[in-house]
This record gives sequence, structure tokens and C-alpha cells, in this order.
Amino acid sequence: MSDRATPSPALPRRVPWSYDRFQQRFAPYIFTSPFFILFAIFALFPLIFSLYLAFHLWNPLDGLGNWKFVGWENFQLALGAPDLFWVALKHTVWIGLLSGVPQHLVALPLAFVINQALRRWQSSISTVLFLPYITNAVAITIVFGMLYSEHLGLLNYLLHQIGLGPVRWLAVPQLVPYSVAAVVFWRYVGWNVILYLSGLQAISEDVYEAATVDGANNWQKFWYITLPLLRPMMFYAFTLTIVGNMQLFEEPFIMTGQGGGSGGAALTSAMHIYNTAFRDLDMGYASAMSWLLFLAIFVLSMVNNYVFNRGGGSES
Amino acid sequence: MKKSLAFALVSALLLGSASAQNVTLTVAAFPSLDSAIKAILPAWNKLHPNITIKLQAQEYADHHNAMTTALATGQGLPDVMAIEIGFVSKFAEGQGLEDLNKAPYNATQYKKLFTPFTIGQATSADKRFIAMPTDIGPGTFFYRKDVLDKAGVNPLTMQTSWESFIAAGKKIKAKTGASLINTAASINNVIIRTNLKAGEGIYFDDKNNLLVGPDNARFVRAFTLSKEVRDAGLDAKIGEWSNEWYDAFKKGTVATQFSGAWLQGALQNWMAPDTKGLWRVQNLPEKGFASWGGSFYAIPSKAVNKQWAWEFIKFMTLDQGSQITAFKDNGAFPALLAAQKDKAFSEAVPFLGGQQARILWRDAASKTQPIDVNKYDSVAEQILQTELTNVLEQGKDIKAALTDARAQIARRAR
Repeated sequence: MSDRATPSPALPRRVPWSYDRFQQRFAPYIFTSPFFILFAIFALFPLIFSLYLAFHLWNPLDGLGNWKFVGWENFQLALGAPDLFWVALKHTVWIGLLSGVPQHLVALPLAFVINQALRRWQSSISTVLFLPYITNAVAITIVFGMLYSEHLGLLNYLLHQIGLGPVRWLAVPQLVPYSVAAVVFWRYVGWNVILYLSGLQAISEDVYEAATVDGANNWQKFWYITLPLLRPMMFYAFTLTIVGNMQLFEEPFIMTGQGGGSGGAALTSAMHIYNTAFRDLDMGYASAMSWLLFLAIFVLSMVNNYVFNRGGGSES
Repeated sequence: MKKSLAFALVSALLLGSASAQNVTLTVAAFPSLDSAIKAILPAWNKLHPNITIKLQAQEYADHHNAMTTALATGQGLPDVMAIEIGFVSKFAEGQGLEDLNKAPYNATQYKKLFTPFTIGQATSADKRFIAMPTDIGPGTFFYRKDVLDKAGVNPLTMQTSWESFIAAGKKIKAKTGASLINTAASINNVIIRTNLKAGEGIYFDDKNNLLVGPDNARFVRAFTLSKEVRDAGLDAKIGEWSNEWYDAFKKGTVATQFSGAWLQGALQNWMAPDTKGLWRVQNLPEKGFASWGGSFYAIPSKAVNKQWAWEFIKFMTLDQGSQITAFKDNGAFPALLAAQKDKAFSEAVPFLGGQQARILWRDAASKTQPIDVNKYDSVAEQILQTELTNVLEQGKDIKAALTDARAQIARRAR
């Protein structure tokens, strides 16, 4: 408030009220207030409320206020050895790896190829690749459900043509994670390509030209120029994948049903939390697991951060 | 009609001046209960022209989620809340619904008018009666007569014991190639909920003791026979409510199905209308009688128009005309015993080859024992299903699976 450059010593109190002054002072706050109000209601409040609930036993049907303090019991319950929380977390990480790792292994080279060789078609290719990302998850999942269908599905029809099958894509517990991961992969690979493309376009042509002059081949350019300079974008894309995959819900939920399908093989942490809260009506336990899931995501993001920053000081 | 009139007179007398003013009553329901309400509305409007019914219909899961949230916060509650069987015990254990045993409802006097097992379903552990039953789903045994005939199997032998049911399945498979049942897990689902001892629920007894475990013969047998069916290759490994399921009904690749009586309506209307006349029903194996669905009406404690909500509920559940209207509208099997005596019940069902199936179902409903419900039933169900899949798909030892199930359920039921 006190600006040394302003010579005016006038105290604000003395100045009579004027609309001009009022709007100058408060307009910025009023204009930005919708965000803060919405944030407080839809983000801050649930956050604090769920932290509060994590230490209570509450059946929502008993109504607000009718909860019982249980201390760390909910956390102990979730972390206890045979709890479904661990099983669900294991499924989440497994499906996350099955879909996340191939996503990046495909997206990065694909973006490189598009950037190098297919410039002319870039926008149309990007559009096609981006389409799954903006398509409704329910629609996608239903279509995939039809592809996977045991007796009526296209996949098994094709297998049948070459004398194989039928494979029970969504019924054999060992297969289900792969079937779900394939959908997640298909849905997000385009998004990652777009991310990498924008990262690639930020790399100056000069560097490549200099490398060409020095006689570097395409592989060397990719390995020694593209990859290191793409590091910040890779960090960003990896983080998004980790956070997204750890919260995986829609695809397995719709494809395999509430319980996670055969043997609960596709029961992810988010699904387990949802079931605990809204089917079993145990809000405290569900809240505690949400915070544990948050912790898991936080730790994984930190690991990712550490891996990317280690020895990464040379550039920038 | 006469009854409705008498009802109206009584209501009018009881309510006196209240009937003079205009009231909007909100009723929250789900399909196909909403359709039944719509069908009954004209009769209600004739009796109570001042009471406008505002129907809030949502899909099954959405409706119950919305009602859970409304009960949790005490906001946005309807005057009349429809509850499906899958939620009624949970809602009963909560504190947000009116106890209809108490004044001014005094519903104790009406309990004997309903199919007996429904009363227990709507009663909480501390004996509050929170909802009036409107329809029930008697569990029944559907079979394809054409498939059984082709295999030379007498359906009655399939009813005597589970062992003979499986033996018939082997014969059907060998002679016709059709599967015995959609999934081996169906066997488990019927066995664990039939022929319970007095004081037993499915997973817990009335003293909250957990029954699931390797020492409980009911669960061991359910798992063992399910596995036997799977190992003999008798099940089609099809989940319910899937395209494969409907396809199997259409093509007759699955010979039997255990379900609620309501499945007949679904088969006839959209699942497999072309199979008309090929189906028959009989009671579940080993004289098992089970409840397979049902709906209720409750009044939230924070409802605005409780008085009219109660009138409306009584009209929906106690009025024979309403119950018959709902039955004719979408096959909702009346919970009201008097309505089950309507002549529509002795009519032959053409879809079932002219069988008098409703008499069979009425009989089954009257023999169904009340099952003790527990608020952790859904937790137990999920854990048990997962362990059953482990047994069926991964060859996990049955005793080990039940031991694990027991440990997991015990941890969650606190």
C-alpha cells in the first residue's frame, strides 16, 4: 500500500467515498471472486471435510453430524495386511504400467516421426490422434466392450477366422488388466503425441541443422538432441500419466462393472473408494483411503521428479 | 373400486380440513416403479384432486445415490421415497427415515396384509419398520422346455437336488450342446440364500455373528458345487445383463436360469420375445425359496408433507386396485396378499406355454422365509464373489478361499 514514490501523505480515511475509488480498490477482488468462491465450495471444503471424515466412522444415512471419532482406525484398517486397499492399489499400478509405459514408448517416436517426416499432414494426423482423448469415455468403453465380447465380439471373430479363440478378454482375471490397459492406452496415446509434438516444435531448427552439418544421422539426432531437449515436456507428460492412471476409474468401471469384473481383477483404487463410500456407505474408511491414494500419487510424482532432475542440471 | 371409495372416505374423514388446501407431494422413484406410479396416478387424482404428485424419476443407481446424499445432508428429500431391495436394509440402518410402527402411522396393524418376508426386509436391527413393501420378486427356476425335451431330461428331476441338477446338466450338454446355466456362480448365489436356519441371514446371523467360513456347510457346498459345474464345462461363463446373456436366451444355448419372476416380463418384452412358449418355470432346487427383488416406499423424517406422504403410500401399497394396476402395467408382483388373489393370477401365461405360473410364484412367495439382513451384507457379498472367482478361474482351494473371505469380511464389519 505505502508506495515511497507517491508523495501524497493523505490518509485513505479522509477521502470521501467515491465509486471510482471503491471500484479501483475492490473491483479486482470482485472480478476474481467467482473462482475463489467456487474453489472454496468445490475443492477446499471437500478436501477439509474428507480429511475430517478420515478420522471418523460415518454412515451418510445417519445424517450430518452423526459421526463417531475413531482416530487412526480407518488408516489402520486400510493399511492392514489383507485389506482390499492393497489389492486395488496393486491393480491400479499394474494397469497403470501396462497402459502408461507403452503410451510413452509409442507417443515419443511417433511425435518425432510426425515432426520430421510428416509435417505436411501434421494437423490432420494430430486431429485423428487427439480424437480418442476428447471422446466420451462411456462411448469408448461401450464400443470396446463390443470388440471384446466373447461370443459376439469382433476380436474373437478375427481370431476365429484364423482358427483361434474364443478368448474371454473381460472374464479371465489375468487377461482383464491387459484388456482395460489397451483402452486406456488407445485413449491417451494421442494426447501424449500432441504434448511431445509441441515440445518438439519448441526445439530450435538450428540445433538440428548444426548436427546435420556435423554429420549426425537421424538416430543420433533423436538420441542426442531431441531426447535431452524434450526432458521438461517428458517430465510433464509422465506426471500427467502417473496422476491420471493412479486415479483410473471410468474405463474399468464401465467395462467390468462396479466390482471390477472377474475376481475383481480390474478393481482400481478409485473404484474401491467409490464402492466403499457409496455402496458400503463407509465414508470414513473411503476418505482415509482417498488420502492414502493421494499420498501414493504424491510419492510417485516425487520419484518422477527426482529421476528427471538427477543429473539434469547440465541443460536449462 | 368400492374399496378405493371406502378408502377415500376414511382418508377424508381422518384428514378433515387438510384436504381443502392444495399440496404438492414429491415422490422419488426409479424404473419401472415410476411407470407403475404413472399408471396409478389417475385413480389417486380422482380421490385427491388437491394433492398434486410430482414424480422425480431417475435411473436405479442414480436414484439411490441421490437418496443417499439427500439423507446424509437432510437436503432435497422427497416426501415419498421409493427404495429397492438392494438398498432397503442399508437405508433401514440409517436414522433418516420415519419409523412407521409409531404414531401417527401405526403400521403394525398392516403388516399381516403383506407377504411375510417383506416385513423383515424393511425392519432395522433395532426393530424400526421404515418402509411399506409394494412389490416382490419371488425367486424361480426358468428352463427351456424344448432343450430339456431334446435331451430327454425331466425338469422335475432337476428340482430334487443340486446333484441331480448337475447330472441333468451333463446330459443336456452331451445331447444338445447347450450349457446348463449362464455362470457357475449362479449356483452359489441360490445355495447361499436358500434353506437358511432360523435366525440366520445370508452372511451374518441375527446376533451379528459372521457365518462365512470354511466350517459353514452352506458356503462350502455352494463353492464346491459351483466349481463342479465349472470343471465339468457346464456353464456358459456369461455374466448377467450382458449382450451374451440376451443372445443365449434368444438362441437357447443356455438351458436354465435362476431369477426373480420379473424376468418373464423382461424376456417377453425385450430380451427374447421370439422364444414365446419355449420357457417354463418351476420352484428352485431342493425346495429352496428365495426373494429375488422387491420395492418399498418410505417417508424421510425431514419430509415436508408426511401426512399426505403416508396417505399416498397407503394408497400405493394397501389398495388392491393400485397393486393390480401396477401388476398389469409392468408385471410388478404385488406384495399385498389380497391383491395376489385377484383372478389375473390364475390366468395362463402364454409366454410360458400357458402355464399358471403366477400361482406357483404366489405359493413360492408364501413359503419364502424372512431373511435377517445386515448392513454389511454388501461388503460380504463382494468379498465372497471375488473369492468364488478365485476358486473358479484360478483353482484356489475352497477352504482357503473361504478362510480368506472370512478374514476380510470380519475386518470390514465393525
